[in-house]
Amino acid sequence: MSSIEERVKKIVVEQLGVKEEDVTNAAAFVDDLGADSLDTVELVMALEEEFETEIPDEQAEKITTVQQAIDYINEHAKD
Amino acid sequence: MAKRRVVVTGLGIVSPVGSTIDQAWSSIKAGKSGITPIDVFDASDMPVKISGAVRDFNANDYVPVKDQKKMDTFVIYGLAAGLQALDDAGLSADSSDPERIGVAIGSGIGGLPYIERSYGAYLKGGARKISPFFVPSAIINMVAGNLSIMRGLEGPNISIVSACATGTHNIGDAARMIAYGDADAMVAGGAEMATTPLGIGGFAAARALSTRNDDPARASRPWDADRDGFVLSDGAGVMVLEEYEHAKARGANIYCEIGGFAWNSDAHHMTQPVEDGSGASKCMVRAMKDAGVEPEEVGYVNAHGTSTPAGDLAETEGLKRTFGDHAKNLLVNSTKSMTGHLLGAAGGIEAVFTALALRDQVSPPTINLDNPGEGCDLDYVANEARDMNTRVALSNSFGFGGTNGTLVFRAI
Repeated sequence: MSSIEERVKKIVVEQLGVKEEDVTNAAAFVDDLGADSLDTVELVMALEEEFETEIPDEQAEKITTVQQAIDYINEHAKD
Repeated sequence: MAKRRVVVTGLGIVSPVGSTIDQAWSSIKAGKSGITPIDVFDASDMPVKISGAVRDFNANDYVPVKDQKKMDTFVIYGLAAGLQALDDAGLSADSSDPERIGVAIGSGIGGLPYIERSYGAYLKGGARKISPFFVPSAIINMVAGNLSIMRGLEGPNISIVSACATGTHNIGDAARMIAYGDADAMVAGGAEMATTPLGIGGFAAARALSTRNDDPARASRPWDADRDGFVLSDGAGVMVLEEYEHAKARGANIYCEIGGFAWNSDAHHMTQPVEDGSGASKCMVRAMKDAGVEPEEVGYVNAHGTSTPAGDLAETEGLKRTFGDHAKNLLVNSTKSMTGHLLGAAGGIEAVFTALALRDQVSPPTINLDNPGEGCDLDYVANEARDMNTRVALSNSFGFGGTNGTLVFRAI
């Protein structure tokens, strides 16, 4: 099983159609990876699906970088 | 104000018989059917198990992968046909005034696959499972919207929705916009992908579809005695229309002229045509009047000809009513015998075929016409393409709700 970090990055690559090497931990979805507001909503949905968790909207709004996504999943995911 | 002349300078197609102009037109002239068993979903419990699916098509050739999930399939088909047509015309926002180039591409049904998928996700997981891209993927005007974004086309941007007359109405209205002066060029046509469980099931429930499941290639058989409904198909047909002087000034290749257009309504029944074809006839008469052509000048008709028992007969009656004795001289052809019925895209691909028929002076065949049905006694160009000699052609489209549309094409 891949690490949470690897799985998060894989989803970011798929959802935003960006290159793997661009998905650094510090990368911001909107400013660095070209996402728009709809992309970020769908990205959160994909994370929920992958990690079988539910991310409340007020939490989702605070996830704006790859590292923030990894941190959230580390704290909340079931596995 | 004198009407400005409108010509066709670019063509694009995605269809069950090919997804380049050259391939589709070769197939059509050769009488090849694009109808096959449904394999994109499990149709084993469906009353209808055949369709005209798009086979040799790679979406990556037209739309970046990351954008494809934001577009339902009909949008991607429409964009592909639109991009082909723009490139064929050599028209771009860089070389022409972008504010004077518009888009009019519609669909009969729109994003049915995405609607079905999203409703499934909703039933399973509630509203949280609906994608933010669901609405902008599925609504009908997103072919026109996305094409304007991809190519920077800032002119009028619309999508007429009129069932199976959609493509014809978009092209006709686009021509009017150019004639009136709203734009110098319009990318116009229709796109469709509704061969889903609900699409197939719904049209089957309306008893509109052929159930010749064991012989797909012979299921669409306009005017034949054994016709039993149409075959639902996918794809898109788009053309670039351009003001004549604008096209000449930039040395564009001109296929033909849009001579005239008319639209009207049967005001009769939700799904059935007027039996005597009078609604269609009034439409054809007005289109020829708009074009300033006499009925005797018309040599080729790309008919609506869907292969339904009532529709094919009514159109035949309408043609006789319109052309009188000259009806027997017409080459009346249904390319739907090969493509099946692309609903909102039908008028688009059939306008493309009509322009090519005029250019090459050849009528495609109406395949599977073995024994003409009762009352179907015109020259339908049965089974073999035929050379022709004519400067004027019509393309008819009729839709649920009783809506009609006729385009008049004229050789330049």
